Amino acid sequence: MSDFSGELTRPMAEADQVEKSMLSGTGMSIPWLRKQMETVETGGKKEKDFAKTTSACLGLIQEALLKHQWEKAAEYMHSYFQILEDSDAGKRQAAPEIIWRLGSEILYYHPKSNVETFSTFADRMKNIGVMNYLKSVLLLLQISLQHALYLLHHGMLEDANRSLSQAETWRYGEKSSSQDILINLVQAYKGLLQYYAWSKKKMELSKLDEEDYAYGTATQNMRSHSWKTSVNLSALIQIPGVWDPFVKSYVEMLEFYGDQDGAREVLTNYAYDEKFPSNPNAHVYLYNFLKREKAPKEKLISVLKILYQIVPSHKLMLEFHRILRNSDKEEHHKLGLEVLFAILDFAGCTKNITAWKYLAKYLKQILMGNHLAWVQDEWRSRKNWWPSFHFSYFWAKNDWTEDKALACEKALVAGILLGKGCRYFRYVSKQGHQGLKKKMKRMNRAVKSYSIVDP
Amino acid sequence: YNVLNVKEFKERCTQCAAVSWGLTDEGKYYCTSCHNVTEISKEVINTGDIPNTKIQAINRGLKRKRKLEKGWDWYVCEGFQCILCQQAEALKTLGVGPELKNEVLHNFWKRYLQKSKQAYCKNPIYTSRRKAVVLEENLSHSDWESEPELLSDFSFPFVESGAESQSDVNTQKSFPVIKASQSETASVCSGSLDGVEYSRRKEKGIVKMTMPRTLAFCYLSLLWQRETITLSDLLRFVEEDHIPYINSFQHFPEEMKLYGRDKGIFAIESWPDYEDIYKKTIEVATFLDLPRFPDITEDCYLHPNILCMKYLMEVNLPDEMHNLTCQVVKLTGIGEVDFLTFDPIAKMAKTVKYDVQAVAIIIVVLKLLFLLDDNLEWSLSNLAEKHNEKNKEDNPWFDFRKWYQVMKRTVDEKKQKWEEARAKYIWKSEKPVYHSSIDKSVVYKRREMVVSLQKQFSTLVDSTPTVGKKSPSSFQFSWSEEDTDRTCFHGHSLQGILKKKDQSLTTKNSLYWLSTQKFCKRY
Repeated sequence: MSDFSGELTRPMAEADQVEKSMLSGTGMSIPWLRKQMETVETGGKKEKDFAKTTSACLGLIQEALLKHQWEKAAEYMHSYFQILEDSDAGKRQAAPEIIWRLGSEILYYHPKSNVETFSTFADRMKNIGVMNYLKSVLLLLQISLQHALYLLHHGMLEDANRSLSQAETWRYGEKSSSQDILINLVQAYKGLLQYYAWSKKKMELSKLDEEDYAYGTATQNMRSHSWKTSVNLSALIQIPGVWDPFVKSYVEMLEFYGDQDGAREVLTNYAYDEKFPSNPNAHVYLYNFLKREKAPKEKLISVLKILYQIVPSHKLMLEFHRILRNSDKEEHHKLGLEVLFAILDFAGCTKNITAWKYLAKYLKQILMGNHLAWVQDEWRSRKNWWPSFHFSYFWAKNDWTEDKALACEKALVAGILLGKGCRYFRYVSKQGHQGLKKKMKRMNRAVKSYSIVDP
Repeated sequence: YNVLNVKEFKERCTQCAAVSWGLTDEGKYYCTSCHNVTEISKEVINTGDIPNTKIQAINRGLKRKRKLEKGWDWYVCEGFQCILCQQAEALKTLGVGPELKNEVLHNFWKRYLQKSKQAYCKNPIYTSRRKAVVLEENLSHSDWESEPELLSDFSFPFVESGAESQSDVNTQKSFPVIKASQSETASVCSGSLDGVEYSRRKEKGIVKMTMPRTLAFCYLSLLWQRETITLSDLLRFVEEDHIPYINSFQHFPEEMKLYGRDKGIFAIESWPDYEDIYKKTIEVATFLDLPRFPDITEDCYLHPNILCMKYLMEVNLPDEMHNLTCQVVKLTGIGEVDFLTFDPIAKMAKTVKYDVQAVAIIIVVLKLLFLLDDNLEWSLSNLAEKHNEKNKEDNPWFDFRKWYQVMKRTVDEKKQKWEEARAKYIWKSEKPVYHSSIDKSVVYKRREMVVSLQKQFSTLVDSTPTVGKKSPSSFQFSWSEEDTDRTCFHGHSLQGILKKKDQSLTTKNSLYWLSTQKFCKRY
């Protein structure tokens, strides 16, 4: 009790002495206390009803947005605009950004809104930002970028380009890192737009004949686009971040013009530079590039190994397993088993028949090769939970009804790992006895030979 | 000066046939009752009769130099007078008798002007040297008489007929003499002549006029007239925009420009608070040296017997409870004339919070009937429910639980609507008010922005019109026996909770205080 009262008396330091003495005695919270405490928070000055209105209004807008009630949100927004005229300079200052975020959200989803309404709103907010330019450069950049993305979304590439070009002109004072990033983003999106233009030209070009008179100009056009693109994109992708679409486009262009080294450098940087956030896609891009280049197996393995560490359930893992399986090195074979087990650790992959097929086959292969220890290694950390995760009676029934082939593969694995007495194996054998006698016989034989469980 | 001259002009107005004239800026006569402007101008005949300062005042070009906008010269007090006029008109629209505006409020206001002017001229401790100089200058030129010109040119006289009585002339002469308080720097300015000085003014013993105090004046007038509007009703009407308060300055005459320091005086951004207005009512009444108010007798609306009935109906409680409230009133003596009537001169100037008191009495009665210990009221409700089940044809016994459920739902709904209305309230006036010449253009631009944004978003709002501006009513809730959707408890009987004792009825519940070891000494 005494601790509690201490906590309450602390913020009360400035409040009435009477109340303080009342409080310390009982340590109880009294309802009217709250009003006093609110007063203390605002520094003694009672909050004006205007401020209460705007903060309540803001709450209602946010609630309406969460509930996807766009019309209601617009209604409250109508009342909220008065915050731009707040006598409190601090609130006035912060208002444009809040209004932009909420307003753009509403206009993005509202059924009666269209590109024109959104653009009008964006332009108005830019005007407000310009009115207070010195403090609003970041906001201006944000608005322009979002506006451009919205236009892109609706297929209005030229307007988007215009908005981005306008944004490029907004720069003020010392370069701040946040400003830098936004400007780089703006330029990168411009680059992306140029990439689209280049891409279109490429398609047109593919329809033309080399003898065609237009071929030469087309090629030249493409060249100029690509140059612009590279200038814009390369700046951005040097900054740590996740830039998938930009990187992909850039690399595509580089490859088209035969600049393999350039492409490789970009992708390697993107995947391996420690300053960049961990991004599985970076490794996927690099892997695919190396595959196209027909790089040596060692290289492919090293790239996929990192991907395996980041996302063991990635769909490329099956391919990874195949590469490992076909390798000469024993350590790769061991890794191949690891990878397979790891895939099936994930709930999303439990019905992947290829994975189960591979596992069944590979287990036999491994055990034939006298590597029981490897299997035991993998099984040790899984034997507590895999049985109920994969091989429960429920799953047996479920799998058999849905996909008999899957059930058989799983049964084989279950038999090997858990012995032929396990529920899954027994159920499938019994069920399969009717129609798939031959298969069952094979299964039985395999389990008999390979099961790691002593009979 | 003006009064003498306009009295000479005895023509009847061509439009309304009244004989009551004022002078416009250009010196043309205009009818103060219908505002018809004539082409007849007042010629200054003998300049020898008129002191220099009066000619200056007539010309009016003098003060324009430092103003940011062309317009009339006006004092802050005139602004408040204008607002009080608007408020009084609104009260008339609500059904209050015209005497409130023409006589009661008008007299209170005159009295205020008299009381507040005393400090301006006779107090030698008056603040700045500059003001003293001005004072001396003005006193020597007896500039007082120029003031009435300013007042009477405005088309909002209190009294409808427009003819100012002699006593009014005296009052008008009592306007503050300080004129030249326009600050040199452009950053501190005001549309009114004394806005800057007014906001700085701090004299002991003088009650300075503020926006909340306008409501104190209104309430005092209502109380004097014993009208059927309580303080909480008044404040609710203000919040519902039936009585001008927020942005009331927007209805000033076009020529009365408001900016700079005036903003802090007139552009209020909070709703009035009951406790605050209550205190100010006493403060103003004391300052005005008002005598004992007209008696609040048993037939007055504000008497607890009547108010309790009103609230009982409003909160859907049985009419039979009225008997009990009257008994409580009698037992506690709070229905006595001397207790209820406001007497500012009395040692402990107080006025009863009529509305709060009436509701308190109802709660006391509920406690007498139901104890409200979170136990008895529910068991009594069970009894009532059982009885009502068995006797469907009879008049039902009042079931506290049912009442609570019905009432709580209704109150919650209303509360939610009220909170939403508060959250959506538009505070900022249509015409922006700026602080100085520096920010004037910015303020106007901002307003333009806000208006255009509002316009854009209003097209996105659901066009089905929600309930428009509610017509004002003193009842926030109304219940009727015919309404089948909502139970009306007015006619329900208290039979289940009363019992016969000799000739009269008494409550079945005999307790009142919830069990405590001892009473809290502090309260």
